[in-house]
Amino acid sequence: MTSGDPAQPPRRVDRAGIVIAALLAGLAALLVFDARGLSSTAMYGMGPEAMPVVVASGLALLAIGNFIDALRGNLPARESADPVPVVLILIGLALLIAIIGFGGGFILATSALFVTTSAAFGRRAILVDSIIALVMSTLIYLAFDRLLTLSLPTGPLERLL
Amino acid sequence: MDTFAALAHGMAVAVQPMNLLYALIGVFLGTAVGVLPGIGPALTVALLLPVTYKLDPGGSLIMFAGIYYGGMYGGSTTAILINTPGESASMATALEGNKMAKAGRGGPALATSAIGSFVAGTIATIGLAFLAPWLVDFAVRFGPEDYFALMCVAFVTVSATFGDSPIRGLTSLFIGLTLGLVGIDKLTGQARLAFGVPELLDGVEVTTLAVGLFAVGEALYVASRRHHTEEKLEPVRGSLWMTREDWKRSWKPWLRGTMFGFPIGALPAGGAEIPTFLSYSTEKRLTKHPEEFGKGAIEGVAGPEAANNASAAGTLVPLLTLGLPTSATAAMMLAGFQQYGLNPGPLLFAERPDLVWGLIASLFIANCMLLVLNLPLVGLWVRLLAIPQPWLYAGILVFATMGTIAAKPSVVELSMLAGFGVLGFLMRRFDFPIAPVVVGLILGPIAESQLRRALAISLGDPMALVQSPISATLLALALIALLAPFVLKGLGRFKATED
Repeated sequence: MTSGDPAQPPRRVDRAGIVIAALLAGLAALLVFDARGLSSTAMYGMGPEAMPVVVASGLALLAIGNFIDALRGNLPARESADPVPVVLILIGLALLIAIIGFGGGFILATSALFVTTSAAFGRRAILVDSIIALVMSTLIYLAFDRLLTLSLPTGPLERLL
Repeated sequence: MDTFAALAHGMAVAVQPMNLLYALIGVFLGTAVGVLPGIGPALTVALLLPVTYKLDPGGSLIMFAGIYYGGMYGGSTTAILINTPGESASMATALEGNKMAKAGRGGPALATSAIGSFVAGTIATIGLAFLAPWLVDFAVRFGPEDYFALMCVAFVTVSATFGDSPIRGLTSLFIGLTLGLVGIDKLTGQARLAFGVPELLDGVEVTTLAVGLFAVGEALYVASRRHHTEEKLEPVRGSLWMTREDWKRSWKPWLRGTMFGFPIGALPAGGAEIPTFLSYSTEKRLTKHPEEFGKGAIEGVAGPEAANNASAAGTLVPLLTLGLPTSATAAMMLAGFQQYGLNPGPLLFAERPDLVWGLIASLFIANCMLLVLNLPLVGLWVRLLAIPQPWLYAGILVFATMGTIAAKPSVVELSMLAGFGVLGFLMRRFDFPIAPVVVGLILGPIAESQLRRALAISLGDPMALVQSPISATLLALALIALLAPFVLKGLGRFKATED
């Protein structure tokens, strides 16, 4: 806790903290909105709409708390972050979801994720990584399919095996 | 005695060859995954859940026992050799252990942590075996209002009391509670927060949330700050074995660490951080070599490691007897039970004693296996640590998504995994604790149904919640635990102005 330490430089309003508070308030509103559509059928005690309202009230209070923290600049210091690798990994996840969604199969999907993540962590040998990824995911597929008899999504590559 | 008979029965279950094999596989996989940097025991259990899908409940829980202890041991190896504790409970270990490794005493550091974990784990498991039946007798008398009150205590202690900021901890908890509301309400069959998406009707899968928050979130976080850190793997040089002097300096910290770890872990307060840091500061005070602290004192590894393991066994007490997970790892264990429709608690002790006692007995066996397996295999684990970072995290992500793909290969489920990954990344970046989200998701629906049951029995009279002495006491405790950090913070401010 660094609050109340007079040696610190004057704190600025933390914009990210304001956004967090707004998101929490929005979530609380969403809960209340959703709970209004529920019909209470409980003869005694609480119906299904009570708990969402309780949670929403908590979220609203916490939104206020986070807002005050942000105004006071009470959030812990953050180091600079590099957005490029984060975006790369998210692209990898999107590729994985798309390939699975369009029936491309497990091996292609996880290989795409492997290569993009590896690139996000600074590797530039995409061809080598692709080969490693294909071999590894094929082995995982075979292990799951044959040993554990768990079915993973199949695509063109899996049907060849 | 009853406990002995039950434990002997459990041993008979656990030493069946197949179950021994499951325990061995569990210990091996648990260590192998746990040793990877950035992967704590909770994530180890979450990642390995799909491996146990096809096993029968008994075998899978026994494998879990191995994974649990293996993951803990793997985590401390990482903490010692590259100073990246996978969880806050290994932070104290990393403090001294990494210094020892830098000074060429990595071997003894690993040895004292392994043997200390074994000693602490064994004593704490004995404690679990004796405390559990007693608590079960007590818990049988719990009504729904008492359970609800107990969960309130767990909510508060897990999120507010022991964290850095009660507001951020509670925010995490409420995000978890919100996620717990998603899906069909069990009592009335109405859908909440599903927005017409059929996949959401079943609710949010605990493993999807945990893997997203821990694995995907961690990978995104590490990637975003790759330019900051330079991780350095310390090679294990010199002898692996502890000298006579090391033994002399280690055995008391092991026992003291156990004494801190087990009781605090067994309380429904959660967290192994408190006992590990208590143990660390105690050893620092009691040591005959104060000059070594901060430069690699073996006591500073032995004590916290024992405390960490003892508290891990301690958290199994509320988990098995009350169905109350008080740490992220315990929450994952509960998810493991739930995938077979089993609910830990007094009933499980009565209905499936073979399962519960088989699990407890397996903890002993897993502990022994770890000791035998890990010291000779330390070279293998070190080689796992040397995997280049790009491949390591790429592999972790493949492994993480694989669990979801195997369980529910749908676009919605995978998008949720990615979404939780982003959430985990943001929470790490803005310093919100993650375990309360998982605990909120698991305990929220249970707390709600207990509350509604209590109110239905009392014909809607909310006074029923405070009329039972047990629940009144527990609710008061929860209130104190909630207000304490705010009051103490106020006191701290007073002190600061006085100075």
